[in-house]
Amino acid sequence: MHFDSGDTAWVLGSAALVLFMTPGLALFYGGMVRSKNVLAMMVQNLGTIAVVSVVWALVSYSLAFGPDAGGGFIGSLRLAGLAHPNAPVPGLHLTVPPLAFCAFQMMFAVITAALLTGTGADRMRFHGFLLFAAIWSIVVYAPIAHWVFSPEGWLYKRGVLDFAGGNVVEIDSGASALALAFVLGRRRGWPRDVMAPHSLPLTVVGAGILWFGWFGFNAGSALAAGTLSSQAFVSTQLAACTGLLGWLVVEKWRTGHATTLGAASGAVAGLVAITPACGFVNSMAAMLIGLLGGITGVLAVSVKFRFRYDDSLDVVGVHGACGVVGTLLVGVLAQQGAGGHLFAQQALAVVVTMAWAFGLTYVVAQLVERTVGLRVSPEIEIEGLDTAIHAESAYDFGNVRAGRIGG
Amino acid sequence: MRLVTAVIKPFKLDDVKSALETFGVHGLTVSEVNGYGRQKGHTEVYRGAEYTVDFVPKVRLDVVVSDDDAADVVDVIVKSAATGQIGDGKVWTTPVDELVRVRTGERGPDAL
Amino acid sequence: MRLVTAVVKPFKLDDVKQALHELGIAGMTVSEVQGHGRQRGHTEVYRGAEYVVDFLPKVRLEVVVDDDMAERVVDTIVEAARTGQIGDGKVWTTGVADLVRIRTGERGPDAL
Repeated sequence: MHFDSGDTAWVLGSAALVLFMTPGLALFYGGMVRSKNVLAMMVQNLGTIAVVSVVWALVSYSLAFGPDAGGGFIGSLRLAGLAHPNAPVPGLHLTVPPLAFCAFQMMFAVITAALLTGTGADRMRFHGFLLFAAIWSIVVYAPIAHWVFSPEGWLYKRGVLDFAGGNVVEIDSGASALALAFVLGRRRGWPRDVMAPHSLPLTVVGAGILWFGWFGFNAGSALAAGTLSSQAFVSTQLAACTGLLGWLVVEKWRTGHATTLGAASGAVAGLVAITPACGFVNSMAAMLIGLLGGITGVLAVSVKFRFRYDDSLDVVGVHGACGVVGTLLVGVLAQQGAGGHLFAQQALAVVVTMAWAFGLTYVVAQLVERTVGLRVSPEIEIEGLDTAIHAESAYDFGNVRAGRIGG
Repeated sequence: MRLVTAVIKPFKLDDVKSALETFGVHGLTVSEVNGYGRQKGHTEVYRGAEYTVDFVPKVRLDVVVSDDDAADVVDVIVKSAATGQIGDGKVWTTPVDELVRVRTGERGPDAL
Repeated sequence: MRLVTAVVKPFKLDDVKQALHELGIAGMTVSEVQGHGRQRGHTEVYRGAEYVVDFLPKVRLEVVVDDDMAERVVDTIVEAARTGQIGDGKVWTTGVADLVRIRTGERGPDAL
C-alpha cells in the first residue's frame, strides 16, 4: 500500500478534532443544565470517551469495518482487539494507514454515544450510563456504521450516500435518544418547573468547539486532503452559518427574541444537516441545506412539549430531525445521481436506521434500568447529581460552606 | 403587623409562592441561605481530600402581614413547604413596629 | 434598640449608604435577595420554552439603632431609596431584645 503523508496527517488531525468535540459537547450541554448537575453531565461525557474508545478497540471496530460476516449486516470479529492493524480495511482503498482510519472512526463512535447524555440530563446514574454506552456502541452503533460506512454494508451497496454520518451519527443518536427518553421518563417537575440553562457562556464555548471539530468530522471524512475535503470544509462552514441565521430569524418571528442559545443551536443544526451531504453537494446547495436544518431545528425542539417526552437537551429535535432533513436532501441535491432512485435509498436508510436505533436502544436501556439502574432516585434528583453521586460542587464563589477536612 | 420568616427547602419555593398567592399575599422577599437543623450535610472529595460540609442550601422567605393574617399565613407556608422529610425548615413571626412603602411614603397597615 | 430592615432597589444602595453615613450610622449589613410586590418580573425564553420569572433582584439592608434614632433612620432610608417607580421597596422595624459586639463583648446600647 502507498500512503500519502498529507492525507495521513489530515486524517490523524481530523481524528483529534473529532475527539475534541466530545469535551466540547460536555461544555455545550453542561451550560444548559442546572448548576447542581453540571459536573455529572461533564463526567458522563468524559467517561463515555473512555468506555466507547476501549470497546471500539476491543470489538466494535471489527463489527463495523471488519470483513463482512454475512449479508452486509455486520462485520466479523477478525479485527477484534485491533488485530491485523496493517491489513487493508475491507472495501476501502485508502491512502492512509488502516490505524489512522480506525482512530478517526473511533472518535465518531465516541461522540455519537456522548450525544445521549443530553437526553438523560439531570437524571441518569453514572455507572448505569457508562454500561449503557458500552453495550449501545456494540449493538446499535456498530451495525449501522457497517451498513452505511463500510463498503461491505448492505445500505452502502444499495447506493445510500452518507458522507460523514447523517445516518450513522445524527439519525442514530436522534432515534436512540427518543427511546432513551421513554425509558428514563420525565424529569421531576418537567415541563412546569423552571429548568433554564445555568451558564450559557459555557454553552457558547462548547458550540464553538463543536463547530471547530466539525471540520474534522466532515472534511476529514474525505479521508484525503484535496479537492473533496476542501469542498466538504466549505460546505460545512456555509451550512453552519445559514443554520444559525435561519434559526434566529424563525426564533425572532415566533418568540420575539433572537437568543444566544438559539444562535449556538442554529449553527449546530446547520452542521448536523450538512453532515451527510458535505462531500456530495455544491456550496450553494450546502447553504440551502444548512438553512433548512436551522429552520427544522428551531421548530423541532418544541415537539417534545406537545408529545410530552423529556428529551432534555433536544437530541431528537436537533440531531434526529436535522439529520433526517440533510439525509433526504442528499437525494435531491447530490451533484451526481440525484433523483427518485437515490431519494428512495436515502429514505430507506432513514427508516431502517430509525427503526434499529429506536428498537435496540429501548431494549438496552430497559436492560440496564432493570439491572444496575439507569435513572436516579427522586432524592438524588432533587439534591443534585454532583453532590449526591460525585461528591463535588462545581462552583464556590466564596459562599458559606463552613466545612472541614475529614469527618 | 407581623414579620413572617420561613426557612424552607429550595425546591419547595414554588409551591409556597403559589399557596401564598392563592391566600392573597402578593409580595415577598426571598434569599438564598445555608442552614441545618438536625439534618446531615454532605461530604465532598477532591483528589482524595474529604471535606464535610454541614450546611445545606435553603431559601429564606420574608413577608410582612397584618396581625389578623399572621397565623393563617404561617399555616399556609407550613402546609405548602412540608415534605415530611428531615430538613423541611421552620417558620416564625416577630412583631413589626413600623412599616413604610418607599415609593409613596404610606405608613402602617396602608403599606402592607 | 430597634432593628431597621429595608428592601430596596439594588442601584439605590449607594444613595442609601451615603445618606445613613451622613446621619452618623457607621455600620450595616447588606444581602442580595429576590423579591416582588405588585411589580411584574420578566420572561425568559430557552429554545422555545418560556419561563416567567417573578422575582426581581433587591438588596436588603439591616441595621440596629437606638430607639430614639429609629424614626429618623427609617425616614432617611425611605427618602434616599425612593425613585417614584413601582418596586421601590419597603422599610420596617422590629424590637431588638439583645445586642453584643463580638470583638469586645460589649452589650446593649454600648454595642451600637
